[in-house]
Amino acid sequence: MRPGRGRRLVRVGPVSAQVDLRAAACTALALGALLVLAGWGLTLGRFPIPAGDLVRALVGRGDRETAFILLELRLPRILTAAMVGAMLAMSGTIFQGLLRNPLVSPDIVGVNAGATLAAVFWIVHRLPAAGLPAAAFLGALAAAGTIYVLTWRGRIDPMRLILVGIGVGALLNAGTGWLLVRYSIYQVSEAVLWMSGSVYASDWQDVGVLAAGLAVLAPAGAALMGPLRVLQLGELSARGLGMPVERTWLALTAVGCALSGLAVSVAGPVGFVAFAVPHFARMLVGALPSPEFYLFSGALGALLVLAADLFAQHALPVSLPVGVVTAALGGPYFLFLLYRTSVRR
Amino acid sequence: MPTSPLATDLSSTTHGRRLSGGVARAGLLLLATGALALTALLSLRVGSVAVSSRDVLGALFAYAPESYEQTVVRALRLPRTIVGAGVGAALALAGAGMQAATRNPLAEPALLGVNSGAAFAIVTAVYLGHLAHPLQHIWFGFLGGLGSAALVYAIGSAGPGGATPVKLALAGMVVSALLGSWTTALLLLDQQALEVVRFWLVGSLAGRDLGVFRAVSPFLLAGIGGMLLLGRHLTVLSLGEEAARSLGMHTGRVRALVVGLVALMTGAAVAAAGPIGFVGLAVPHMVRGLVGPDYRWVLPLCLVTGPLVLLGADILGRVLARPGELPVGIVTALLGAPFLIALARRRRGVEP
Repeated sequence: MRPGRGRRLVRVGPVSAQVDLRAAACTALALGALLVLAGWGLTLGRFPIPAGDLVRALVGRGDRETAFILLELRLPRILTAAMVGAMLAMSGTIFQGLLRNPLVSPDIVGVNAGATLAAVFWIVHRLPAAGLPAAAFLGALAAAGTIYVLTWRGRIDPMRLILVGIGVGALLNAGTGWLLVRYSIYQVSEAVLWMSGSVYASDWQDVGVLAAGLAVLAPAGAALMGPLRVLQLGELSARGLGMPVERTWLALTAVGCALSGLAVSVAGPVGFVAFAVPHFARMLVGALPSPEFYLFSGALGALLVLAADLFAQHALPVSLPVGVVTAALGGPYFLFLLYRTSVRR
Repeated sequence: MPTSPLATDLSSTTHGRRLSGGVARAGLLLLATGALALTALLSLRVGSVAVSSRDVLGALFAYAPESYEQTVVRALRLPRTIVGAGVGAALALAGAGMQAATRNPLAEPALLGVNSGAAFAIVTAVYLGHLAHPLQHIWFGFLGGLGSAALVYAIGSAGPGGATPVKLALAGMVVSALLGSWTTALLLLDQQALEVVRFWLVGSLAGRDLGVFRAVSPFLLAGIGGMLLLGRHLTVLSLGEEAARSLGMHTGRVRALVVGLVALMTGAAVAAAGPIGFVGLAVPHMVRGLVGPDYRWVLPLCLVTGPLVLLGADILGRVLARPGELPVGIVTALLGAPFLIALARRRRGVEP
């Protein structure tokens, strides 16, 4: 088989694969930038750490105070921000490809609305904070499951999924709105803080949960990009090619929901990333769904959220939750890209 | 960029049950008007203070200020009902206009970023100036909504293609996200602003007096009147870009006019009652399902059905949570969401 446009056949011994070189190069570039940004982020803060001390502390030769600040405070937060960004962006890539609609994000399957209702309920009732991520994750899964079941009529119709998603999402949001006007302002402002999405006070437990999720879900999603591309030919063609359409749908939805559900349960609904990063990725490498594209969009999401978090922490007079800054930072760039691509056409 | 499947027609499920013929449609319009009149009377009667029908009629036609019940009707429920009717009509007509102009059955007025613009302006005003009087909120909300709609339209119509539905929707989502993040930042910094704004943010008619209506009514009425005159244009526009052009319509100009009217009406409605969802989405749908895609009939029916639905939801909110009340924005979501889900489930899947 001849490789498609912009793709090269890469052989390593007996194994060969088609690789989209542009996307792969961009991914490498984004990962490099991510590494540099993370390293720089480690040195920033009220207690500045010079690069020399940073390296010493990371290889285990620094003094205890520096090591504590780096390893217990800054590193978990940076890792959390990057992984949350990657997972949201990957989830957005899956859903925009699956529903063949550039306007959707995982919110459409109720992940954010479900997690938010559960978390706000948890917060305004002053339930123990340790259970908050689990409650939010269960809320996300319950919402996504409800929407999937309500949409199911022998098969999943994308348009129907969008409509049911909007409906269920509005119901859940009405519940959240009701909680927000009923409880005292102190609990409510705590809930609003969670709802704005932040990676403040992330610890190694968060990092562990996210890393475990990413280790399973990133390869799973990448492996599903091939079937997704077949699915995009249309359901009839996909069936004609012998694809088990329902099972592929379920697998893609499950991976997408798990990705965004985990991210939201740790950081709250960090807005804009899942919706916008796949657009950035498309505008930059212009690719159909492929494993390279999926990983590129993950790397880009990590970069955006980490940059936004560093900006939110250090560049402003007051430190803000990262979710407040993602749209403020990415929005103008998005509008610029939108303008440029439409003018070029 | 792939075309949005949002643009598939949803009302195709109701084929065969549509009313055709002027008499049947006029009858329906008459029926809806009667129902609206009854609902408005009910809205004057129902609430935490029990009021008899005689007191309602008395308050309307032979007002006796010494009667407590009549004063409640006159001072609280009448303004609230008038504001609700105006807001309901504006939202329904704005939704119909958006759906026709963007050929997107899921379009609603909020797509233009009016809600987030209004919220941002109000929160900024509270944050900077600690506004006291609710009438001041209205002006900030109105101007903020118009400003963000103008921004969305300017960005969405940049480039040679003009204001295509997908570009408009993308611009609307991004501008909303941007303004929303600034609003959240201010709310996190200022608990006072949160306390003021959280009741506005759910969308409610509670405590709206005639001053509110007087402030927004010129814009509501201008928007409603303008939109009603555009029925023929909207019908042609909803046939699609090419068909409309080949019929001699200057689509860009008409679309800009429709969007302008929508922004005007929605801005006024949001300023008066806060962001209320689903009326602008569901009412035009319901109406199109009943009378078909001819906007010369859709618009007048929206004019009557919008207030009917909004006042009905408001009454329900007062009944369900007695002696308190559910904000009408929550009730419209509770009512509208199952409606939308049922509609979606009835829709036969279309092979892509």
